[in-house]
Amino acid sequence: MTTLDFFHDETFRDDFTYWNSPEAIRRFPFPFNEDKYMYSVNLEPHVAFKPGSVFEKSFDVDEHYVSEMRDRALVLQEDPLRCQSLPHMNMAGWDLLELIMTKKAAEYPQWFELHQDGDRWRWVNRPLDIDHTFTFLDNTTLPYGPMEYIMRQTQGDYAILDQRDNNLWMDAGMITTQADWSLDFDLGMNFMEWHGPVPLAHEMGIFDRALKFLLNVRQGQPARRLNWTMTVNPRLDTSPERYAKWGTDRMDVNADNVGQLMHLRVELQSFWRLPRSNALVFPIRCYLISLQDLATIPKWGRRFHRVIRDLPDELADYKGLTITRPYVIEYMSQFDDGAPTSPGIFADDE
Amino acid sequence: MITKSADKTPKIEVEVTHIQQVSDIIKRFTFTPVDGAPLPVFGGGAHIVVEMSDGDIIRRNPYSLVSKPGTTDNYQISVRRDDVGRGGSLYMHNTLKVGDHLLVSHPVNLFHIDRRARKHLLIAGGIGITPFLAMMAELEDEVANFELHLSARTDGAFLDELRGLYGSKGSFYRDDHNEVIPLNDLLTGQPLGTHLYVCGPNGMLEWVLRTAEDAGWPSQNVHYERFLAPATGLPYEVNLATSGITVRVGGHQSMLEAIEAAGVDAPYLCRGGACGQCETRVVSYDGELLHNDHFLTEEEHASGTKIMPCVSRFQGRELVLER
Amino acid sequence: MLVEGIKSRPIYHPLEPKPGSRHILVADAEGAEAILELATKTPDGFWDKARILYIPRSAVGKGYEERLQALTPFPLYVGPTIAAAIPRLTKELSDAQMGTQIYLAGTEGLVGQAMIVALEAGVDQGSIQRDHRGSEARRVQCVHCKGITEEVTTQPVKCTHCGLMLLVRDHYSRRIGAFQGVCIDAEQPGTAPEPEEAFL
Repeated sequence: MTTLDFFHDETFRDDFTYWNSPEAIRRFPFPFNEDKYMYSVNLEPHVAFKPGSVFEKSFDVDEHYVSEMRDRALVLQEDPLRCQSLPHMNMAGWDLLELIMTKKAAEYPQWFELHQDGDRWRWVNRPLDIDHTFTFLDNTTLPYGPMEYIMRQTQGDYAILDQRDNNLWMDAGMITTQADWSLDFDLGMNFMEWHGPVPLAHEMGIFDRALKFLLNVRQGQPARRLNWTMTVNPRLDTSPERYAKWGTDRMDVNADNVGQLMHLRVELQSFWRLPRSNALVFPIRCYLISLQDLATIPKWGRRFHRVIRDLPDELADYKGLTITRPYVIEYMSQFDDGAPTSPGIFADDE
Repeated sequence: MITKSADKTPKIEVEVTHIQQVSDIIKRFTFTPVDGAPLPVFGGGAHIVVEMSDGDIIRRNPYSLVSKPGTTDNYQISVRRDDVGRGGSLYMHNTLKVGDHLLVSHPVNLFHIDRRARKHLLIAGGIGITPFLAMMAELEDEVANFELHLSARTDGAFLDELRGLYGSKGSFYRDDHNEVIPLNDLLTGQPLGTHLYVCGPNGMLEWVLRTAEDAGWPSQNVHYERFLAPATGLPYEVNLATSGITVRVGGHQSMLEAIEAAGVDAPYLCRGGACGQCETRVVSYDGELLHNDHFLTEEEHASGTKIMPCVSRFQGRELVLER
Repeated sequence: MLVEGIKSRPIYHPLEPKPGSRHILVADAEGAEAILELATKTPDGFWDKARILYIPRSAVGKGYEERLQALTPFPLYVGPTIAAAIPRLTKELSDAQMGTQIYLAGTEGLVGQAMIVALEAGVDQGSIQRDHRGSEARRVQCVHCKGITEEVTTQPVKCTHCGLMLLVRDHYSRRIGAFQGVCIDAEQPGTAPEPEEAFL
């Protein structure tokens, strides 16, 4: 796909005109590799995998790119604190800008170009109609700080973690599509502190193992994992800041509209060591799919019913299902004929 | 000729394009990528692992990158010749020639700049200066407040170069003039938010760390790099339970090198007993584990359940590892 | 939002003497007890390098000022409120050097706010000890309007700024010096439970 017609003109708020094409549905990163779900440190090397899938490129760009960037700009206009960087993280911001620009220019040459002449860099972003020349490592030549500049052109939330004292510290980030956590509140916390509110996983030792793994992520060897939650409406900005505004969405769900309103929200998380700052950058790329679209893939319809039906209550709360779970189970049951499902996350017959 | 090995970490093939005699015992090597693609960017304090095919032995030694951070057309390292060591530095000094090819790892940084610092105080002894060369270039570029204190055996080309580059930011102390770093004064007069970085011989490192602790410096403000050369000793055998094989560790070989030579993939980062990446579970043993690392706690050493095969050895009848 | 039993609360310990070139001690109300207990463990010369800042608050008239003053040859600073004491602490730290140790004791509000000042002055967390004494009242930041409500003792609590009923989570930000408050009835407005005393 090379033309700019590829990108949708859609909204993630108010009238919610967001939609997935059949191709986007087939490449959706369905997160369950078996008929049940429990936490695990499901990390694997982030290497190019399965052409056309969301795992193919370093930083996936899909049909929602342009509209997502428009939504991000709206969020920032209302609440600039969604993007923050402690002063010592400036170099990490440049590291990230360099990583994303070089990867996108190499992997999507039809949309992005990077021309480097020493410190003078020219960056072309066709989908967003940007053609900008700046000086690498000179903040004054960008309209925003380096992290904010590149993040306004990159899908997904990004946390940049400083590594020191054998821990990771959330010292910078662009968080406008978060699943209910506040960057402004969590900024400056270490790995155990910002994961404080997650139930069960501490006791299971999940975070100890994950931290140990992440501290050793090496330059040139990124890692990835999938995480998921549920959201009413294709709303990107489910921040606690605006919870009082979107919380009532859950009350709109009923047996008739659950297939349209409820969305499975999957995060493709990846982990990259940045060279100059030695920070770890943690992209949290969000994919949304309505239950009715999800059910068009028979394997996913069956499996998702079983996963939600058997989910421990504590996890159901945490995944945003407290009120809506009965409707979801009832709706999904019509797609579960009891047939066995194949291993792995991908749709069958490929 | 590049020998293949079991090590699965991505490697870069480089050519030795320049060798410079820096002092009577130090040489600086310049490596250029064979495929012409830019080398991965690195930050001050990073090292690469250089893989040498020395006869039938594959040696992998970590060396700090000393070139200017941001340089992507070559990597430079400085190597001090150790006449009584295991032979890696002798290979680099006596065998390696311009035009030879080598494999090097991607950069790994276990000794990076802490950019929260309001001031950076660098203390080096001898060849311990190497990580600071790239760090200082970076700090200079960032217009950061820093100060170097280097003690060296004698004067030499290295010191002249540093004086030229950093002038009044550097203070130099010569062992042959009985000059000593005035550590107590240095550590009691620093503004809040100063970070201390130390690299040098073990005795010096211990002295600086102890003095800083006694002066009330929190460990979070004290950074150090301590690469141990793997100890030498008597040869012994190790049983690798998961792989189902027995490997023999030579007197001048590390357990990690022997495991790799046997074709078993084993993780590592620093190869110097500091980072913890190669930690391996001891299934059983009859004899004595000779721990040489700085990663495991004293209790872990005493427990006999873990070992760091990059620097530690074994003496006795039988050792079984989960690898 | 409904999960309880979260575990990111700050960890407090009794104060222990550490080696250092200067010791800055800040306490409010019953926090004075923590400093007096520390005094039973300090080595010779410790108090000659110590500065004490004390805000009596609810412990006014209990005689702590005299007992604290007796520890050190330097004049004890006695402040009327935390806010009034903050510039004084900032000044103490502005000319401090590496080797300075910080000891904070008392209410979580005092400990949290003094911690922010120390971190901003360049002190690493590793040089700061915290002991919680006295009231369990919390400082709470409303995640919605970002306003801070002081001296919170109930669960839930009405945000004194935007008026939303907030669930006080056991999620604490060192940078803000406050616990997180999240609207408790966002899903069904008007269903918030009656506030009950929870942090006394």
